[in-house]
Amino acid sequence: MPTLSIDGTEIEVAEGTTVLRACEQAGVEIPRFCFHERLSIAGNCRMCLVEQVGVPKPLASCAMPVTDGMQILTRSERVQAAREGVMEFLLVNHPLDCPICDQGGECDLQDQALYYGRVRSRYREAKRAVTDKDFGPLVKTVMTRCIHCTRCVRFMDEVAGVPELGTMGRGEDMEIVAALDGCLHSELSGNVVDLCPVGALTSKPYAFAARPWELSHTESVDVLDAAGSAIRIDSRDGRVLRVLPRVNEEINEEWIGDRSRYAIDGLAVRRLDRPWLREGGAFRPVTWEAALAAVATALQAAAPERTAALMGDLPGLEGMTALADLMRARGVASVDCRQDGGAFGPGEPASWRFNAGIAGIDRADALLLIGTNPRREAPVINARFRKRWRAAGIPVARAGPVTDLTYPVTELGAAPQVLAELAEGSHPFADVLERARYPLIVVGSGALARPDGGVVLGLARRLADTVGAAGPVWNGFSVLQRSAARAGGLELGIVPADGGLDAGGMLAAARAGGLDFVYLLGADEVDPDAFRDTFTVYQGHHADRGARYADVVLPGAAYTEQAATYVNTEGRPQQARPAHPPPGDARPDWKILVALARELGSPLPYESLDGLRSRIAAAVPHLAHIDQLPPPAPLAPFGDPDGALDAAPFEEMVPDYYRTCPISRASATMAACARAVADA
Amino acid sequence: MSGGAELFPGPDRDAAEEILGRYPTAHRQSAVLPLLDLAQRRHGGWLPPAVVDAVGDYLGMPSMRVRELVTFYSMFHDRPVGRYLVQVCRTTPCWLRGSDEVLAGAREELGIAPGETTPDGRFTLVEVECLGACADAPVVQINDDYHERLDGERMRAWLRDRRRAEDD
Ligand code: SF4
Ligand code: FES
Ligand code: FES
Repeated sequence: MPTLSIDGTEIEVAEGTTVLRACEQAGVEIPRFCFHERLSIAGNCRMCLVEQVGVPKPLASCAMPVTDGMQILTRSERVQAAREGVMEFLLVNHPLDCPICDQGGECDLQDQALYYGRVRSRYREAKRAVTDKDFGPLVKTVMTRCIHCTRCVRFMDEVAGVPELGTMGRGEDMEIVAALDGCLHSELSGNVVDLCPVGALTSKPYAFAARPWELSHTESVDVLDAAGSAIRIDSRDGRVLRVLPRVNEEINEEWIGDRSRYAIDGLAVRRLDRPWLREGGAFRPVTWEAALAAVATALQAAAPERTAALMGDLPGLEGMTALADLMRARGVASVDCRQDGGAFGPGEPASWRFNAGIAGIDRADALLLIGTNPRREAPVINARFRKRWRAAGIPVARAGPVTDLTYPVTELGAAPQVLAELAEGSHPFADVLERARYPLIVVGSGALARPDGGVVLGLARRLADTVGAAGPVWNGFSVLQRSAARAGGLELGIVPADGGLDAGGMLAAARAGGLDFVYLLGADEVDPDAFRDTFTVYQGHHADRGARYADVVLPGAAYTEQAATYVNTEGRPQQARPAHPPPGDARPDWKILVALARELGSPLPYESLDGLRSRIAAAVPHLAHIDQLPPPAPLAPFGDPDGALDAAPFEEMVPDYYRTCPISRASATMAACARAVADA
Repeated sequence: MSGGAELFPGPDRDAAEEILGRYPTAHRQSAVLPLLDLAQRRHGGWLPPAVVDAVGDYLGMPSMRVRELVTFYSMFHDRPVGRYLVQVCRTTPCWLRGSDEVLAGAREELGIAPGETTPDGRFTLVEVECLGACADAPVVQINDDYHERLDGERMRAWLRDRRRAEDD
């Protein structure tokens, strides 16, 4: 391990460490523009220059590996002069238009010019101007501000795997361009806005919306897919203005998908902000008292066997628990959290979790995807698959429709029958998995929501045994969920009790006139038409599909407006925090249900969020261990491996990445993205 | 790899294979510059976008990476150029030795400004930076040949000759 001195302090670092990293380890800050720890080293901005004693020229610390005995100076006059010089050159062609630039206040160029630049400019000549580019509905360009660090280019090339950005020309004529005007064809494109150290790439929907110092920041968790990415919600005056990723090495590293970042304009429209009651075919606004009384009356009139409750894709543990408790207290058996009909084995956590853990992907040495398109179902997880492929060139195969996942895939076809061959061990890819030390088998939630979902589940599980993928040290059998609520509902055991109906059963019963009352908690992805003749209560935040045929609409809070716990696809509980109160008369989900229980004359055993959370912790202790992975699930077999597979091929479950939930369906930005992709 | 047959037909195929053979098979992409050069020679001295993409396909490289190279190196042209590409060096040594005069001669003879191509598509005139032959300044590069120690008159004469030869 080489030892070097930095500003006179000795430090020992690992072989291959760069001087910049060594300085960071020594607690010395080195300014930089092009360097980014998750991208390859470009060494083109020269902002990171330091002095090495005995070496005539300053060196770019980001690209220079440490050698033993190096003496580095970062505060010498020469370094200061070098930094001033670099700043001066970077600013030669920079427009200095900070007052009208959205990056102002959070701009690396602004900050570093302040700390390391000259006080006054000596430049009197003309500046170049660059034509702005059309990167689509999400990324706004002001290309005259670009300092050619190429972070955006490297991100698209390396992380996103969609090499659509590039540098054209050189020197004074260099420009960043996109392969096609109108859209970047990546679900991760918004991350270039965070990476751009200047105001060349900014958020288009957020243009001129606020200054960073006016915003309140709320650390929370994303719920627009099931990865559970760490986010920061920036809001002002009761409105979410932007969502940014936070670093969580275990899940999203520091990226988020475009839907998670940009669907937020949907939070401000089509909102249910007061209770509604249907009367004679039309909705009438009513008070909470009237609405709850109407629900209570209908619920009391309905027999428990003819009553059902269904949870959607977005509610947190608290709301689901309160609804399930309320229904069970009334003897209702038909309670289900699987609105898509997924065949997750009740009581078998391994059958709904991504057991390997998202960080476990970094160890996988062979990957099989079954009926899933991770690029659309969880872009940050797909980026991790790609990262692993780039690092180790692991073999990847897929049973499912062919799409570009940004890494090479051996296509096994979309017919599910291949699963049987794999599980038997007679398929060549079974050998690949068997030879691997950390084989990873990823089953899409869509593949389990087919009529033969139980068979798919059972065969995938058997395959894990055949190839030795499911053991106590490494469990590579992993389910990729698509909705933020599902794993939580399953951990809570929100599935029908004996004799109860599951989601499919409820719809069938309702159509046949066998259901008198149904409570939809944010369930928008089922056919609401089925409940035309059933007294339907919809509790949620958007006037989407579920509210359409409701008899009573109870306005709930969205994920940015209430404290709620979400369990991601790994089974990891995390907390969403409110950035502001819900609009109008809307209320947090659990409070509505507590009030309803009171109205029914049988109050729930908790009246506060803490009380409710203690109840959850008592029932499922690991759900109280916020941010922790759950204890490993037992390895028993599950599913129905000996059943018959359907002939129907696996299908694309997310035909439109941009619109998958009530929030994103309400978003004009997401609609614009869908149009841009369709046009391109 | 696709595109090879249409991109480098007939004997060029062998030339392309020979170039590829100079690099380790795991680093096919190292051959991109010589292959672009070969392709440019076979496509009228410039690289139409479809050809750039085809070179990318041939080497398994994203077309964006190939486009970057084409615009970076001054030897590649992403727009049509005349049969004779007249590149007049204007860097200090050549300038001190009279490159202004050489350029004026070329402008006069061809009737075009730097950056333009004659209407008959035969000559393109451009100014370039140091061609690396300063000892024999002023220097002009025309296609693959260097013309050294020029002056305005000799520049004109050479261009006139070429023109006549072309007319015949
Ligand atoms: S647009 Fe931004 S990220 Fe991209 S090269 Fe320019 S300054 Fe760097
Ligand atoms: S940070 Fe080192 S050269 Fe840009
Ligand atoms: S300056 Fe013209 S060849 Fe060098």
